[in-house]
Amino acid sequence: MTDFSDGIQFLISSLSIGGLYALMALGLVIVYGILRLVNFAYGELIMIAGYSLLLLGDTPLPWLGVAILSVIAAAIAGLLMERVAFRPVRDSSPTTMLITSFAVSTLLQSVALLTISPRPRPVRLPEFFVQSLTVGDVRIRVVDLIALAVTIVALVALTIFLRRSLIGIALRAAADDFTMTRLLGVRANLVIAAAFAISGALAGIVALFWIGRSSLVEPAVGLQPVLIAFIASVVGGLDSLRGAVLGGYVLGFLTIGLQTWLPRELLDYRDAVTFGIVIVILLVRPQGLLGGAAGGGR
Amino acid sequence: MSDRGRASPIWLPRLVTGLILIAGIALLAIATGAVGDRVFVRVVTVLFINMVLVVGLQVFMGNSGLVSFGHVAFMGIGAYGSIWFSLTPEQKNLALPDMPEEWWLHQTTLPFPLAIVAGGLLALIVGGIIGIALVRLRGASFTIATFALLLIVHSVALQTEVLTRGSRTVFGIPPYTTLWTVAAWAVAAVIVALLFKESATGLKLRAAREDEDAAASLGVDAARVRWLGWALSVFIAGVGGGLWAHFITTFSPAAFYLSQTFLIVAMLIIGGSRSVSGAVVGAAAVALTSELLRDTEGRLNTQRADGAGLGQFIPFQLVGFTEIVLAIAIILILIWRPAGITGGREVVSRGS
Repeated sequence: MTDFSDGIQFLISSLSIGGLYALMALGLVIVYGILRLVNFAYGELIMIAGYSLLLLGDTPLPWLGVAILSVIAAAIAGLLMERVAFRPVRDSSPTTMLITSFAVSTLLQSVALLTISPRPRPVRLPEFFVQSLTVGDVRIRVVDLIALAVTIVALVALTIFLRRSLIGIALRAAADDFTMTRLLGVRANLVIAAAFAISGALAGIVALFWIGRSSLVEPAVGLQPVLIAFIASVVGGLDSLRGAVLGGYVLGFLTIGLQTWLPRELLDYRDAVTFGIVIVILLVRPQGLLGGAAGGGR
Repeated sequence: MSDRGRASPIWLPRLVTGLILIAGIALLAIATGAVGDRVFVRVVTVLFINMVLVVGLQVFMGNSGLVSFGHVAFMGIGAYGSIWFSLTPEQKNLALPDMPEEWWLHQTTLPFPLAIVAGGLLALIVGGIIGIALVRLRGASFTIATFALLLIVHSVALQTEVLTRGSRTVFGIPPYTTLWTVAAWAVAAVIVALLFKESATGLKLRAAREDEDAAASLGVDAARVRWLGWALSVFIAGVGGGLWAHFITTFSPAAFYLSQTFLIVAMLIIGGSRSVSGAVVGAAAVALTSELLRDTEGRLNTQRADGAGLGQFIPFQLVGFTEIVLAIAIILILIWRPAGITGGREVVSRGS
C-alpha cells in the first residue's frame, strides 16, 4: 500500500459517508428552517423506510422497485407525522414541538417493538452491496461509490428544485421569514407539507445506504443517523441548508479521519472524541459554521 | 394594586405551597409504609427517586426555559460515583472486579449518606466543567448538545471497565435506600428547588428566560445564572442516581439512557415544567399510571398465554405498551394543555 492509494481510499470513504451525513442533516434542517422544529422522530422515518425494505423484500418485486417504494413510504410517513402530531402544536413554543417530536419518536419505536420485533431482522440486499472493486492497489467498495453518486444526484436535484420550482422558492422564502412569506399569499400548510415530504424522502434514501451497511433493521435503527444529523446540522448551523451539507461532510471526514489515525487504544472512544470536537467547534462558533443569528435557535 | 394593604405577605403562598407538597410526600410515604405491601412499597420508592430526578430537572428546565436531554447522564454518574464510595474494598472486588486494588478509590469507604453526596458532587464537577461550554448555547442547539452529552457519557461508561465494569451488570450493591430515605431526599429536593426558584439567582434566571436582552440590560449575566441553575440541577440528578443505585442494586450503563430520559422528561412535561409543583405532580401521576398500565400489560399477557379473558384476542405479546400510552399522553397534553397538568403554577399562587 502506498500513501497515495491510502489517500484515495480515505477520500472516497470520507466523501461517501460525508454525503450520507449531509443528506441526514438536510432532512432535519429543511424542517427546522421553516418550523424551528428539531425533529427527533426523523430517525423513525429512517426506521419506517427500513421496515418497508424488510416487508417488501419478501415480495417478487425487483430490488430497485422495493427501494423506490421504501423511499415513498418514508415520504408519506413524514407527511402523516406532520398532519397528525406537529400541525396541532405548530404555533406553540419550539420547546413544545421538540418534546412532541421526542414523544412521536418513542411512540413509533414502541409500536415497531410491539408489532414487528424487538430483535434486528436481516434485510434482502442486492449483490453489489457487498462487492468491491480493485483498481491498482486501491480497494473500493461498490456501495461506497453508489452512495457517493446517489448523494450527489440527490443534492443536485434538491438544489434545482429549491431554486427553480415554485414550491422550492416558497420553501426557501419560508425558511428565511415564514410570516412574510405567508403574508405574500403562500399557503403555510402546503410549504410545511412539502418540507416534511422532502425530509421523509431524504430519510428514505439515507435508510437504503445506512441499513445497507449492516443489512439489519431494528426499532432503534434510526438513533445513530438522527444523532449524526443533529451533530452535522449544529456544526453547520441549524438554519442553513448549505451549512447542513458542509456539516455533513466535515463530520464524515472527521469520523473516517479519527478511525484512520486515532491510536488503537483510543479507538473505542472515537464517538466521544468526535462529540468532544463538536463541542469545541460550538464554543468558538455557537451559531455553527454557516449559521445566522447566534445560538441558531429562538 | 389598590388592595395592597390587605394582600397577604409575598412569602406566604410560597410557604404554603412548600408545606402542601411536603405534606403530600409525607402522607404518601406514611400511607405506603402503613399498607406495607411489598410491591407497592417498591413502586412508591421508585416514584420518590424519580421525583428527585424530575425536581432536579425542573430546577434547570423550568427556570431557564432550556430543554435538557442530558440529565440522565448525571444520574448515571451519581449512581456509579456513589457506589465507588459506599462499597467496602471486599464488595468492590465483587461488584467492580476491574478496579485496581491499589487505587485510593478502591480502599475508600464512606457512610451511605456521604456516598450519595459524593455521587452528587461528582456529577456537579463533570457537569460544571461541561456546563461552561453548554451555557453559551441556546434553544435547539442547547438541547442537541445535551443529547450528545448523554451519548458521550453512555459510550464512555461502556468502555471504561475499571470504573464501571463496562457493559456488564454491576451487582451486589447493598440495598441501603429505603422508602423513608428517599422520601426525606424528595422533601429536601423540593425545598431546595422552591428556594432556588425564589432566590435572586432563580429570579435572574427566569428573567433571562423571558427576555435575555432585557435581562442583560438590567445587569443579569445570563450565562452565569444559567450555569448556577445547571450546576444545582445536575447535583440533584447525581443524588437521584445514587439513591437509585442503592435501591435497584444491579445495573449497567443501559439503565441511564433513552428510556429513562424519556420517562423523566415526560413526567416533567405532563406535570408542568414551570413549577416545582408540576414536577412533583407529574412524577406521581406518571409513576402511578405506568404502574397500572404495566400491571394491565402483564395481566393481558398472562391471559393471552392461558387463552382466557380479553388477552386471548391480542395477536402479539405486549411489550412497550406502557411507553406507547405515555407517548400518546404527552402528545395530547402538549396539544391541549401545553403548560402541563398544573398549568405551570404552584399549588398556591398569588392572584393569577
